[in-house]
Amino acid sequence: MKKGWFFILILIVSAGCSDDSNNSGYQPTAQPLDIPDIFSNYIIDPVLPNDNSQTVEGVALGKKLFFDRILSADGTQSCATCHAPQKAFADNLPKSIGIDGVSGTRNAMPLFNLAWNYGDRFNWDGSALSLEQQAEEPVQNPIELHSNWDNVVERLQNHPEYPQLFQLAFNTSTITKALTTKAIAQFERTLISANSKFDKYTLGQTSLTQQELNGLDIFLREDKGDCFHCHGNPNNPLWTDNDFHNNGLDATFTDLGLGAVTGDPNDNGKFRTPSLRNLAFTAPYMHDGRFATIDEVIDHYSEGLQNSPTIDPLMKQIAQGGVQLTNQEKADLKAFLLTLSDPSFLNNPNFQN
Amino acid sequence: MMKKNILLLCIGLCLWACDSDDSGAINTAQTSPTFVFTHNWDGTPVSNSDFNDFIFTTENGESVSIERLRYVISDITFTTNNGEVLNTNLYNFVDVTNNNGLNYALESTIPVGNYSNVSFTFGFDNQDNAQNYPDLNSASFNVPDMLGGGYHYMQFDGKFINNNMEEQGFNYHAIRAVDNPGDNPTFPQDTFFTVNLGAISITNTVEIEVKMNIAGWFKNPNLWDLNVYNQALMPNSTAQILMYENGQSVFTLGDVSDE
Repeated sequence: MKKGWFFILILIVSAGCSDDSNNSGYQPTAQPLDIPDIFSNYIIDPVLPNDNSQTVEGVALGKKLFFDRILSADGTQSCATCHAPQKAFADNLPKSIGIDGVSGTRNAMPLFNLAWNYGDRFNWDGSALSLEQQAEEPVQNPIELHSNWDNVVERLQNHPEYPQLFQLAFNTSTITKALTTKAIAQFERTLISANSKFDKYTLGQTSLTQQELNGLDIFLREDKGDCFHCHGNPNNPLWTDNDFHNNGLDATFTDLGLGAVTGDPNDNGKFRTPSLRNLAFTAPYMHDGRFATIDEVIDHYSEGLQNSPTIDPLMKQIAQGGVQLTNQEKADLKAFLLTLSDPSFLNNPNFQN
Repeated sequence: MMKKNILLLCIGLCLWACDSDDSGAINTAQTSPTFVFTHNWDGTPVSNSDFNDFIFTTENGESVSIERLRYVISDITFTTNNGEVLNTNLYNFVDVTNNNGLNYALESTIPVGNYSNVSFTFGFDNQDNAQNYPDLNSASFNVPDMLGGGYHYMQFDGKFINNNMEEQGFNYHAIRAVDNPGDNPTFPQDTFFTVNLGAISITNTVEIEVKMNIAGWFKNPNLWDLNVYNQALMPNSTAQILMYENGQSVFTLGDVSDE
């Protein structure tokens, strides 16, 4: 009889040592995305993976990881080094510089409204097929955080706080690369920007100046700017189609973009359309950061187009270099574009370290 | 929104089914036909694998490469042999570029039986065009308000070899024809149109092929010169009316078969 009690005692002790809270019925607290009215009114629901539900604990863990330099090999950089909140989660360099002082090959993309990327292809070239997958690469890229994922996982596992935080987020204190990127992706999906002057205008909460309205007109006119076919419109508040286009930057390509990913020469020179939201904070522009100002970007579409076999047929008047806007039209267009920036996004306390 | 009318449609169908006549054309069994949208260039099948290559020639002689093709059809309608009209009030977005919407299973059921005509609207009629469709907004398929708002009926982009023997882009975008773009645009005529597929026997598992001859957009009745009409056609009501006229014979009924 005493042996029976002894076995029961062992079982109880074993259960107490277990790091799996499933036995206790613990579940992380669901934290659905807070979808802005401007989105729910006009566009379809965001893309959310079935195997990575948003939770309070997962988002908190992802935020901590995003800002933690523990992900880099020498502890000097974090995701936020190149994706800073004050720059709409981009940086102000043409090409970001990794922990070894080596410049990358692409401009850091800003991070917001990522759950509404319906094609679920991330990076300028679409090389990442989910947000979770996107989070893998910078950690191990030799010219970025230059880590080894095994080492990262080991560092996290030996950290005084992370095992418990993973326990709370995923019901296990056994840390893996997959769970780490899931947490980061959860945090990134909460980075929602929908409070620009133009958003308020759409919701009837403010008005635009005449110059801004003139700029909107140029943006939408097919015989003027014709920006809307790729960059959305007042009924698509993402201000991007998240699709891939050759927008006439080069006659020959040093960076094949999507073509290097798909292997299809028809995709050479194509890059994902960036959102026009938060342009005020995300200079420089284009996949290689070649344009320092919005004015330079507008000049490109007006007079600077370079022809090539894969240039998008939506590009107009290529033989003349572009759509030939007047200086006044350029100024008006810029004024409108700046209404798409959302200062409140920069200072959202939920997005700060 | 159109899809919200499914419930009303179902109720209507139930009532209709109860009121069967003695023609024998329609029975009470219900089915959801599948529409299969196929594309060809004067009979040669076209899919997105044929895009980005100058393998097509218009009636006017321009070599053409297709890069993007997507369009909306709406108001799929079934007319019984007794002349009763069953309007599904549904729409389908066909995106050939990304292989989406090519097989469209009707989102409601209709009675099995013989129908004297099956038809749909290319694009949207004006009432439907004024509605808000989040899926089309998400696809950036909108028409700017100063051009009347609503949605493209079709976005067909590509390149052609122009008279200077250079590659040049074209944007064959069909919308509601509009004049006086601005705060008060005017509309010279409607440019959506009805496509009549003809009589079809609807069985339990029927698949209805809808064929689009892409070459037709360039030739009948208006010989289309891409050197004249290539880009910025949305605010060009003349071009829109030519598209409307050419579109009339672009769609035909293909195979009707059991799955």
